[in-house]
Parts: sequence; C-alpha cells; structure tokens
Amino acid sequence: MDNHLKLTVEALLFASGEPLNPRQIRDLLPGKDLKDIKKALKELKDEYETMKRSFLIKEVAEGYQFRSLPKFKPYIANMLMSTQSRLSKPAMETLTIIAYKQPIIRQEIERLRGVEVGGILKMLLKKGLIRIVGRKSLPGRPIIYGTTKKFLEVFDLKDLSSLPTLKEIEELDDGEEE
Amino acid sequence: MTFTTKLEIFEGPLDLLLHLIKINEVEISDIPIATITDQYLEYLDLMKALDINIAGDFLVMASTLMHIKSKMLLPKQEDDLAEIEDPREEIVRSLTEYMQLKDAANELASRDILYRDVFKRGIEMKGGGEDITTTKVTLYDLMDDFKKVIRKKHPDIVLKFNAESWSIKKKMIEIIRILNEKKNLLLGDLFSTMESVSEMIATFLALLELIRTGFVNVFQGRESSDIMLEAINEKT
Repeated sequence: MDNHLKLTVEALLFASGEPLNPRQIRDLLPGKDLKDIKKALKELKDEYETMKRSFLIKEVAEGYQFRSLPKFKPYIANMLMSTQSRLSKPAMETLTIIAYKQPIIRQEIERLRGVEVGGILKMLLKKGLIRIVGRKSLPGRPIIYGTTKKFLEVFDLKDLSSLPTLKEIEELDDGEEE
Repeated sequence: MTFTTKLEIFEGPLDLLLHLIKINEVEISDIPIATITDQYLEYLDLMKALDINIAGDFLVMASTLMHIKSKMLLPKQEDDLAEIEDPREEIVRSLTEYMQLKDAANELASRDILYRDVFKRGIEMKGGGEDITTTKVTLYDLMDDFKKVIRKKHPDIVLKFNAESWSIKKKMIEIIRILNEKKNLLLGDLFSTMESVSEMIATFLALLELIRTGFVNVFQGRESSDIMLEAINEKT
C-alpha cells in the first residue's frame, strides 16, 4: 500500500472539516486511482478505531469526516459555548416524516401528523435540514420537500439508505415508552 | 394565589388519541370507540374550560370519531357482513402509521447528533468574527471614556453627585439635535464645550438613557479605542 497516498488522504481529511468523498479526493490527487483512495480511507478509518483516540473517522453524508467521540461532548460543548438549539418533538417528527417519505408534499405530512406544519417546515428549511425539491403537478402546484446533505451530516447517516428501517408496530407500548 | 394544573398538552389529535388508548389499556386494533370518543370530547371541554386555544385539527378528529361511533351503532346487515369494512379501520391505520413515525423520530433523535454529541473539526467559537469592523461597547467602556474626558478637564476632581439644575431631558434633546446634524460624533467631542462637571454628568446620563431606549447607537472601531455615537433615526 502506498503509504504516502494514505497520509495525503489523512491530511486532506484533517484539514477539511467537511465530509470528503473519494471522488473529491481523487480530483485533488491527479493520477491516483479511485480504488486506491477508497482503500486508503478504509485503512485510515480502521487505524483510528484501533488506536482508541478521542476521535474517529466516520462515514457521513456520503463522505469521510473526523469526529470526536460522544463521551467527550460535555467538554467540547463547554469550550465552544455550544447552545445547540435542539429540535422540538413536533419538529423531530416532521423531519422524520420527510426523511422517510420523501419526496413529500406538505398536505401529506399534515395528514400523517394530524396537525398543521407550516411553521415547522419554514424552520427546518432555515436550518438547512430540508429543501424544496420541486413542485407536484397537482392543483395549486404544491411544493415537494426532501432532506439535505446537512441532514445526513447532522444525524450521522452515511446516506438515506442507512436510515434505520421503520419498525412494525403491533403493541402501543413499544413506541410510546421509549 | 396560584395553583397549577397538571395537564398534558397534546400537540395534535393523534397524540391525544394515543394517550387515551394507552390510559384505557386497550388494543389499538380494537378501540372501544364510544368510550374513547366520550373521553376525547371531555378532554376538549377541559381545554376550553382552561382557555386553551383548540386547533381546528382537534375538532376535525372529534367529528371523525363521532361519525365512526354512529356508524358502529347502525345494525349490520346480515347478508354482506363479510364485506363490511370496520368503520374504525382508517383511524387505526393512521394511528399505527403515526406511532411508527414517532418511534422512528425517537430513534433518529437518539443518534450521535453533530454539535450535540459529536463534533467535527474547525467549528468556530461563539463570538469569533461576527462583525469585523466594529466591536460592541459595554457600559464600562463608556464609563471609562467618560472618566477620561472628565480627567482631561478637571484633573483633580472627585466626582460628586449634587442635586443640580441640569435637566437630563433637555440634554437628551440636545444630544439628538447634535447627532442629527453631524451623523456621527466622538464621545469626547460631545463634552468638549462643557465646563461644569455636573453638566457633563447630566449629559452622560442623558446619553445612557438614549442608548437604552434605542435612539442612539455607540460603537468602537476595531483599531482605535475612540467611542463613536450615532443617531438611530429609523425608529418605528
């Protein structure tokens, strides 16, 4: 294995902060093979895992990114004075519906939740977690919503197909208690 | 006297229905529609009594429930019994679907969320680089500057506050007049023509009042320490 290539890939990930995908890396390293870059990423990922550092390389939003481990969250949050505004339950439910049922129009979201969601949609758009993907050819040409790359990044998802599968609900207590 | 009522606020009719099904310990697939409908309506009455604004969605569900209840009361026809659809079917379907999504929402919320549980590299600290040209001025900065102004004119004075004849109101009007003329002004220049310490203090207090009420903005250049004043005219 080309050790120089591996270290170069590591340097890029380190300096980037944003998730980098193998293609983006190849564009930066002319003449290098996509296959080798993928292999380097995989090896780096494994190495950091075995090293047991305070951070890892994670696969999110179709790329690779250095991320701290959850157990260090209080210290880092303190340092950054992070006042991460949490999503309310209604907002979380709306976002979940969009994530699982996209592309979806507002009317359909409201049918599923049984309540009006106009304000929440605006907020989710502003936060960049959802986006307008088009308009449906129905009367009134309603807006179609979908999730963004940022959604994948924030919720630690490699891609949309890695969303946890919806559970079959039989007993009411299953979902409610947690 | 105050008292609090323990009343769960339900975000929507489906939430309320799920709650009722749960406290009645009934199967979602076999809802005793008459009981649930009555309790649902009671709850709406309670919300009304407590002056909680009831969203239209709650009322739509109420009418759906009553419709199902009336359908259930109708005698079934023997011959097409097998084909008759349970009038509760649709509501059971939406409740199941809703629960499934609530469950998924909980699962998503419990993941390692960026900026909450895990952090990426290169996040800027709060307060770094909001505005590159000016910095916020604190009351202490203003007071320091004011002290400097006084010291320049009266090097050996001890600040004393006497009941004196300077009206803060008049000074406020004066400051606004000056600022409207000059657009912006160095804090020091505002006091340049004043001799009496009490006049300067009155002016300073007037200035504080104008800042507090939003008529005047104070700012400071990044490089120099001079505090500038400007009038805020577009007040609605």
